[in-house]
Amino acid sequence: MNTRTEVRLWAAQRISAMVLGVCVFVHLITIMVAMRGGLSAAEILERTQGNWAWFVFYVVFVAAVVVHAPIGLRTIIEEWLGWRGTWLDILLVVLAAALGLWGLRAVWAVFA
Amino acid sequence: MSDFLTVRVWRGDEQGGFQTFEVPRLESQTVLDVVSHIQRQLDPTLAYRFACRVGMCGSCAMTVNGKARWTCRTHVAKVAADGNLELAPLAHLPVVRDLVTDMSAFFDKWARARGQFHPTATRKDPFARIRPDSAQRINADAGIECIGCGVCYASCDVVQWRPDYLGPAALNRAWTLVNDERDGAQAERLRAVAGDAGCHACHTHLSCTERCPKHISPTAGIAGLKRAAMKAALRGDL
Ligand code: HEM
Ligand code: SF4
Ligand code: SF4
Ligand code: FES
Repeated sequence: MNTRTEVRLWAAQRISAMVLGVCVFVHLITIMVAMRGGLSAAEILERTQGNWAWFVFYVVFVAAVVVHAPIGLRTIIEEWLGWRGTWLDILLVVLAAALGLWGLRAVWAVFA
Repeated sequence: MSDFLTVRVWRGDEQGGFQTFEVPRLESQTVLDVVSHIQRQLDPTLAYRFACRVGMCGSCAMTVNGKARWTCRTHVAKVAADGNLELAPLAHLPVVRDLVTDMSAFFDKWARARGQFHPTATRKDPFARIRPDSAQRINADAGIECIGCGVCYASCDVVQWRPDYLGPAALNRAWTLVNDERDGAQAERLRAVAGDAGCHACHTHLSCTERCPKHISPTAGIAGLKRAAMKAALRGDL
């Protein structure tokens, strides 16, 4: 992969890390608020079902993970296992797709 | 202060082992004094390197009780309070013999990182005027006093994990030139230092910054290179 693409991936990973930072913060606050007076599935679904704001928030959260995790893993795999090249990139695109599908399925499950 | 130091010294090449010497303890003694005493009084076959003895040449660095240090300006009192010293060659470089490493790979990486100055003017042109308080001049100043001792390189885990990693000293050198308005090889240099064997491999562990005897922060320079490379890549110039 050429240097420009490498550096762009690096930038994408840092930018998605910033998005994750904000998302994790919102997520933690939500947990603290939601935990008050006990936690139930009904209560969670009441908040999320049909709510576009939460839907968009969790889609952004999933998208950031899809960008962030595979690029980071690629770096660590190269560093620790010495694997590189097209096969590794294909593997990580598959991982990104899997993370995206799992994540969006979960988001859809609490929205629909 | 005890009267004697117990000094374990690496002998041989990579397959060698430690040999123990007893060295008289003196006031204001440096680690280099200890090594010189061993070579002059106890075993003239001991190989080691030094030149200036005053922290300028960068040739005397070794692993002292597990940490890379310049030995001419490291006081025994600071590192061996209990009277035990263990001296080994610098890490991450091939051992030639005893305390001497082959530093070619270290300096070859300076060249690979475009550590050479590429002039844009001739001697007939007027002097460049660089304001001492300009941001670029301040950045260059922060890294310019490097003596090439290799302490940072021997302290960096990423150098160990990725033998092709340019390392903190070469990248620090590149950063001083990135900030040199007179230099004409900026695009080539950024290409040379960007990517997974260059500045982007650094995990900001800060070991280099903690150990550099000249109190340089290669980590800060590397972060600057990452920013510069990112800007260039997003513009499409990389
Ligand atoms: C939850 C919020 C997260 C935040 C704020 C975050 C932030 C960061 C940051 C700042 C880095 C850069 C470290 C460096 O410079 O070496 C990083 C690297 C990394 N992240 Fe995350 N991360 C998050 C979640 C995740 C997740 C879910 C994964 C999934 C596996 C992950 C995998 C990685 C990997 C493998 C690296 C190493 C890449 C490298 O060093 O270049 N991160 N992360
Ligand atoms: S900050 Fe970077 S260069 Fe310095 S020791 Fe850590 S990984 Fe190595
Ligand atoms: S940056 Fe510091 S530790 Fe590294 S070679 Fe230069 S003077 Fe030595
Ligand atoms: S002998 Fe020159 S820096 Fe130590």
